[in-house]
Parts: sequence; structure tokens; C-alpha cells
Amino acid sequence: MTTKQTFLGVNVPKPRVAFFELSSCEGCQLQILNNEATLLDFLSMVEIVTFREGMTEKSDEYDVAFVEGCITRKDEEQRLLTIRKNAGLVVALGSCACFGGVNQLKNRFNDLNWVKKEVYGDHPIDTQEAKPISTLIDVDLEIYGCPIKKEEVEDIVVNLILGKSIDHPKYPVCMECKAKSNICLFDLGEPCLGPITRAGCDAWCPSSRLGCWGCRGPAPEANIKQLLHICNEREIPMERVMDRLECFGGFSESIEQLRRTEGR
Amino acid sequence: MIFKMFPAAELEDLFALLAVNRIIGPISKGLNKDGHELFDFDHVTDFSHLKIAYTQTIHSAKKFCLPHHEETSTFTFTGDDWQKEVDFGAHQPLVLFGLHPCDINSLNKLDKVLMDSIYPNPFYGAKRQNMLIIGHSCTPQPACFCQSMGTDTVLAGCDLFLTLLGDDYFAEVHSSRAYHLLEQLDCWEPGAKDHARFRASIEKRSDSFTNTVDTSDLTKILDMEFASQVWQQWGERCLSCGTCAQVCPTCYCYGIEEKVDMDLSRAVKNKQLYSCNLIDFAEVAGGHNFRPESHTRLKYRYYHKHRGFVEAFEEALCTGCGRCGTSCLAGITVPEVIASVRGGSHDA
Ligand code: SF4
Ligand code: SF4
Ligand code: SF4
Ligand code: SF4
Ligand code: SF4
Repeated sequence: MTTKQTFLGVNVPKPRVAFFELSSCEGCQLQILNNEATLLDFLSMVEIVTFREGMTEKSDEYDVAFVEGCITRKDEEQRLLTIRKNAGLVVALGSCACFGGVNQLKNRFNDLNWVKKEVYGDHPIDTQEAKPISTLIDVDLEIYGCPIKKEEVEDIVVNLILGKSIDHPKYPVCMECKAKSNICLFDLGEPCLGPITRAGCDAWCPSSRLGCWGCRGPAPEANIKQLLHICNEREIPMERVMDRLECFGGFSESIEQLRRTEGR
Repeated sequence: MIFKMFPAAELEDLFALLAVNRIIGPISKGLNKDGHELFDFDHVTDFSHLKIAYTQTIHSAKKFCLPHHEETSTFTFTGDDWQKEVDFGAHQPLVLFGLHPCDINSLNKLDKVLMDSIYPNPFYGAKRQNMLIIGHSCTPQPACFCQSMGTDTVLAGCDLFLTLLGDDYFAEVHSSRAYHLLEQLDCWEPGAKDHARFRASIEKRSDSFTNTVDTSDLTKILDMEFASQVWQQWGERCLSCGTCAQVCPTCYCYGIEEKVDMDLSRAVKNKQLYSCNLIDFAEVAGGHNFRPESHTRLKYRYYHKHRGFVEAFEEALCTGCGRCGTSCLAGITVPEVIASVRGGSHDA
């Protein structure tokens, strides 16, 4: 780490940071840029050396690499391996990088060639199954969300610099939702994945009267079986719940398990 | 005790007299899918928004003295020096308008731990002592079991308690502040007829409870049933979501987190209400978790409320308000859990 800054009179590193995108909508990177009130503070805390969405300069010398997006092409695999080689710390930024994100919806179809044809017609294009970056390289830290929550990223970066531990909430979204005194979506007859989804977004969707879609993936020990039972009891069609569970890829393991055990 | 009567229509005048302060009261949050009105406590500036005939609110009023999130202190750094500032958050007096007996009693219970113990919590105390409380009579709801918990009536903890008797209010005056407030309304001294009306009304209410919990010898029974299978069964249903503690008027557990600003010149210490049902509640430094399984956590919620607290304070840390059971998506209710632990079937 090159330049220095101080905290309580003690030197702390000012890491060289690079941002990269694989297959994604670049919404997570945009989140980093779009909070003008704190952007300057963020820029002075780290030294950004590569950030295609915000600057033209680039460098291959960086300490921390934030990787947004999932792997869907061969050339992305090569890029990712290079990033891993260059960076001390690789951070998966957002649900695409962590779980495959919305992109992994295509994996639901058995015939990926058919998917390709439906979307791109005869246009020649290299696209494969959408995979989280951890399927190819070691990931040091995952930041969840579609999109990520800027404040959370800022806190994480401060803690990195200060050498503090980085802890994601282990409780589900309901904790944040109740703290905001929202009406529970189930009271309105709507489904919500809040009880099984890792918190940290400050109950973004339920606060706008949209049930949670599970973009941050499962909370540790999420009781998915009970949630399905709850939806069933309330006559919420299972397809509506499955649509949500499948949307961002965080629950893919549990879904596979469900399919195996219950033939869903 | 001093009793007074005044016309129910003058509740608006009482509200107006108090409106120089911030008033917290029951408001409507809209209808649920079955067309039932949902209520919650919030700031009320307009008397017409006050839903004094509310059934039960989703959340309790505890957040006004025990907020879900609170900045307990801020630190400013200059060079290698630092300064700490503490803000107890009691910036203005609050009027809690229309609390039911269960909720007044819940504050009395919190006081025992957070104000009267050897380690009082000044963040709670500062706000709590800056409140005026107007209690209001209620109609027992299907989820209410306050009668079983001995919290269905109010002996202390409010300034004024109002019981609606037809077109009039029967007022129990608990403080001189309340006495002086009532001086400004058209009050009269209740006579024998009013007393009879009042007694008939409270008898009718007492008879209308449909939900009960058998608390006799419960501390001992809980000890005997520590290894009971029923805990596992409830644990399998539990989502470990913390909703029960969030809506509960008497849960007070919390976590602390320190956060440094991005320019590294300031930090805050944040307090967040927590719940013993959350997976990492009993996780300690080094990563060991004393209660990794959901049923052990759920069990301890009941042991704290119905055993530990009873042994320490001779009362349960539960007012029977029924909120936890109403909000629990998994349908875990105190009456059913306790009945199952006692081994009998629950006949509520
Ligand atoms: S709306 Fe969703 S997140 Fe909020 S309490 Fe209900 S289930 Fe939990
Ligand atoms: S509420 Fe759910 S879907 Fe919405 S941002 Fe939070 S975790 Fe993602
Ligand atoms: S729990 Fe008791 S005091 Fe509270 S609303 Fe119900 S009946 Fe009234
Ligand atoms: S008992 Fe109900 S409300 Fe409480 S943590 Fe379990 S599922 Fe959530
Ligand atoms: S445990 Fe449940 S019934 Fe008892 S006070 Fe808390 S929310 Fe009310």
C-alpha cells in the first residue's frame, strides 16, 4: 500500500483500489459514484487507480480489487485470473459477483444454446452458464446486494483500512423492517423473503411496500422450509415464491435441495 | 386516589392542552388483507388522526424511550487526541396519549431493569423521566392475555388513566400534573352512580378475556421441562427473525457497534436493539456460539421472561400484550408455547 493517512496519530494505509466489471449492469459501481455527499471522502480515503465508469486512467498495480458481475464468457475468466494475480484482496461486489445475480436466471434452462438463440438470434456470441466469481478464484470478501448499499461499502472500506473485522449482519431483513415500523407484507397478503434473507439493506424493498426478493442471499441457517410453509398457509402461489428465490442466485443451493427432496 | 369525570367529547380539549408538547398516540396504518385496521404508535399533531379506540398496535411504545437504533456517543479526533460527547437523546418532553394497561405496565417493568437497578441506563432514564402518560381503557382482543400476567390494570406508571363509560370518561388521577390538567376541563366528582357504572364496566371487561396462560408454579415447571421435546418442535418452526423481540414492549437486549467516518476524524458508538432469537446472540469473541440451534435460543427467550425475571423481580417480563404471537409469521404464541411446556393442551 503506497500513500499514508493517519487515524488517532497512527499511520494507516491508503490502499490502491481498482474496480472491474464482468457481466453486470454496472449498477453497483454506479452506486459508489452516485452519493455525491460522501464521494469526495471516499476518494480521499483510498487511491482509485482503475474505475472505467468514473475515469480514463488505468493501472495494473492495486491492493484491492472490487469485482462486479458474474462470469459468462471465456475472456472474463482470463481477466479474473489476472485480477486475482495482481490484487492482494479481491472483493466480490454485488449479487452478480457473489451468486451470479439476475444473470444466472438463464441457468434454469436445460438447453443454453436455445437460450442463446432466443436472445441473440444468429448473432455469433460467446456466452456460457452464469457463474459467481468464487467458482474460479478465491474471493476474500463478499459484499451482497442488487445493487450494493453504498453506505455498507463505505463502512467496509473504513474497517479494512483500520484493520477492523468485517462482519455482515447475520440476522434476516425482518429485523431492519421491524425497526422501521413497516407493515408486514404478509399482513397485506403479499410474499416476502425478508425472514430468510441476510439483512444489511435496511429493509429497502419492504419499506417501499415491495416484499424482499432475496437479493442478499440467505441469512445463516435460514429456515426456508418454514417460509414455504408460511406462504402455503396464506395461499400465496408457490411460483411467486420460487420466482423470488431464484431471482438473484443466492438461494440456488437450497432450491436444488428442495427439488431433490420434494420434487418441486 | 382522586377520581374525576368529564364528558368524552372533551378528550379533544385535553389533547389540545397537551399539544404544546410532542404527542405520541395510536394512529391508523391502513387495512390488512382481511379488511382489519392496523394501528401503531406515532407522533400525532391532529386530534382527528388519534385512533383512541384502537385494538392493539403492531409495535409497542418502547421505541420512544428505547429506540431500535441510538447513537450513544460520538468521538472527535484531532491528531492523537480525542473528545467524547454523549447525548441521552431526551430533547423534548413526550406525551404518550392513550396507552393501554399492558403498555403502561411494560414501562414499569423496563424501569426495574433500566432505571432502578445498580447499573441504570441513562439513555433510557433521561427519556423515560421526560414523559407524561395518559392511559386509556381497552377491549381485550383474542391475542390479549394480560389478565393472566397481572398487568390488566394499572396501579402506577401513568399520570392519568381514562376509562370510557358511555359518553363520559372516568379519570383516575395519578399525578399532580394530571390534576392541574383536569382543572381546565369541565370535570365533576364521580358519585355513587358513576362508581357503579365504572365497576360494571371493569367487571364486564374482566369477563371478556378469551386468552389465558397458566402461570402457576411456572418457574419450577420450566426448570423441570428444560429438556422437553416441545422446545425442539417450536425451534423447527422459528425463523430466528427477531420480530418477537422487536415488537415486544419489554425486550431490551442490544448490541453495540463502533463506526468510524470516512475522513477518519469522527466516530460513533451505535446501539441497536437485538433479540435472543437471532443466530449470533450468544456468539462470543473467538467465534464460539453457545446457542447455535434455534430451539435453544427460543427456549431462552421464555426462560428469561418467565423464569429468570420472575426470580429476580417476582413478576414476569411479559405483559401478555400478545404482540409477539400476532407478528410471528410462524405462529409461535406465548399461550401455546407455555401450554405445550406444561404438557396440557391449550384451550384458549
Ligand atoms: S415485510 Fe418482510 S421483512 Fe418486513 S417483517 Fe414482513 S416478512 Fe419481514
Ligand atoms: S429487501 Fe431484499 S431484495 Fe430488497 S434490497 Fe433488501 S435484501 Fe435485496
Ligand atoms: S393486553 Fe390487556 S391491557 Fe393490553 S390491550 Fe390487551 S386487554 Fe388491553
Ligand atoms: S418466535 Fe417467531 S417472531 Fe420470534 S424469532 Fe421465531 S419466528 Fe421470529
Ligand atoms: S412476550 Fe409477547 S406477549 Fe409478552 S410482552 Fe412481549 S410481545 Fe407481549
